[in-house]
Amino acid sequence: MSAESAPIEQELNPFADVDFADLEKSLLRPRTLMSGLLSGLVTTMTIIALIPLFSVVWMLVWRGGRKLTLACFTQLPPAPLEQGGGFGNAIVGSLIIVALATLIAVPIGVLSAVFLAQSDSSGKLAQTVRFAAKVLTGFPSILAGVFAYGAIVLITGGFSAIAGAIAISILMLPTILLTSEDAIRMVPAKMKEAAIGMGATPTQVAWMVSLPTAMPGILTGVMLAVARGAGETAPLLFTALFSNYWPMHRGQLRLMQPTSSLAVLIYNFAGMPFQNQVELAWAAALVLVLLVLVINLAGQSLSRNRAS
Amino acid sequence: MATDVLFRRLCIGFAWLSVLLVVFIVLRIAFAAAPAVSQYGFGFLSGRVWDANKGRFSILPEIWGTMYSSVLALIFGTMFGVAAAIFLSEGFLATFLFGVLKLFGLEFHPVFGKIPEQAENLLRNLIELLAAIPSVVYGLWGLFVVIPLIRPVCNWLHLKVGWLPIFGTDLSGPGMLPAAIVLSIMVMPTITAISRDALTAVPPKLRMAAYGLGATRWETIFAVIVPTASRGIFGGVVLAFGRALGETMALAMLVGNANQISVSLFSPANTLAALLANNFPEAKPKDVAVLMYAALVLLGITLLVNILGAAILQRTSVEVEGGKA
Repeated sequence: MSAESAPIEQELNPFADVDFADLEKSLLRPRTLMSGLLSGLVTTMTIIALIPLFSVVWMLVWRGGRKLTLACFTQLPPAPLEQGGGFGNAIVGSLIIVALATLIAVPIGVLSAVFLAQSDSSGKLAQTVRFAAKVLTGFPSILAGVFAYGAIVLITGGFSAIAGAIAISILMLPTILLTSEDAIRMVPAKMKEAAIGMGATPTQVAWMVSLPTAMPGILTGVMLAVARGAGETAPLLFTALFSNYWPMHRGQLRLMQPTSSLAVLIYNFAGMPFQNQVELAWAAALVLVLLVLVINLAGQSLSRNRAS
Repeated sequence: MATDVLFRRLCIGFAWLSVLLVVFIVLRIAFAAAPAVSQYGFGFLSGRVWDANKGRFSILPEIWGTMYSSVLALIFGTMFGVAAAIFLSEGFLATFLFGVLKLFGLEFHPVFGKIPEQAENLLRNLIELLAAIPSVVYGLWGLFVVIPLIRPVCNWLHLKVGWLPIFGTDLSGPGMLPAAIVLSIMVMPTITAISRDALTAVPPKLRMAAYGLGATRWETIFAVIVPTASRGIFGGVVLAFGRALGETMALAMLVGNANQISVSLFSPANTLAALLANNFPEAKPKDVAVLMYAALVLLGITLLVNILGAAILQRTSVEVEGGKA
């Protein structure tokens, strides 16, 4: 039986003269070799791209963590050649400036977003607002400082926390506006229709249905904006300037005085030829990065909860 | 009913406010710059002297430094950013981990089977984390890590191939190359994120068709996927360029603030943003207009680049969505 069928099989088998070993994947073939080499190259480049991240984190923990003590949080910046000291006033100053900036940017951003989300997206004003937000997204941070200098510092006659906060709020606005608009648009139409069907006015729909439902998304946007604002340095250099003293004076908060901030402290101390100041700059950088990362992660976890 | 109208007007009012804010910013800077514009004219853009004592100002070295540092940063940033985007969008890591799990027969395990996807997410988040680190921290890192690290290499290059103009000086401290390296790290996440979006938006059909014709993975990537996504990648690069032009802190700390034009990678230079950062805090009232003029130039350049980038991305998304339908 097998002797009979063998020649027939050979005749019908279309792969008779194909060498199957030739079809095996082999690195000896130039095309495969090229593919393997390129995969290796891309992997290496991705790993190299991540080295700075690990290097920054390592340096922050190693150089900043060594210097970080309780005194850093409670004491004032040291004078040149003075030992010890801290940056307690800079932490308070940063918090004040970012809080003020949030107070300015959130109402403008969220209410503009309510308008954008409710209006027809092809409307003239809606398109203009969206365009303005996009322009602000790519706005160099130093120019926000230049604007605040021209509009606030020159007019009020001095550097102040308010001027710094206004500069930072300009940089926070587009993030808040665009993420809030997305969040409000994602509120299911059914919910709004149900509210309208029960006789709610548009205002009630916005306040009692749209905004509460979109709140996690809006908060994510606000958190991301706050994280960005906290790390900004350039707009503060010549708006809030810097101060070696606490922003509180005799129990009163002085907002119209030059105010210290972590970011500007790092910039000032990094360029100093004194060992103590440089170490404090690293410790302040560690605090700043931790602050920014915690706010960032908090914001992202909010939106993840909503998604799940 | 009255509250309704009020709330509606309030929302429209705030919407207008954010538009007017942009207009106001541009006008405020332009008006503040007006005296300097009329006094110095276009000579401001082409001269090389900045001498506050003699009242002579011009910003050609700063324009050159801004462009040179941004282009250098973009070259490094695009190479690594696009490579990382391909690595992420092609799922190299997930495929590799899947292969490893398969060796142990765990590829569909309820816990271990999720590792490839999670690792991919982690990697994407790590690259995005690069963007979350404040620029002043990068400046600090560049000052104390990058400069000491590259200095011996740079000085060796200057010694051996110093006849090449780009290696024409030695690196004595801050300079163009360390600034460009740090700047490229800062713009890379933008390029990676946008390129990755563009690469994953390529319809899977195209990839399958290329594989079906017998192309290898990299022949598919180079001949089909990257060309299809090229417009999106280009848009991302242009946006990253806009960001690099306006970046201040890392440059103010690393570029050396020297008012000179040099093609050498190792010589100190200056940029528009660093010029503003260094001069504004102690500006005398009569010099403010000059600095505002420099700010106006920076504003013009970045606005142009950003609007260009946004327009490219807008057209790409329309085309890709249209292609899907």
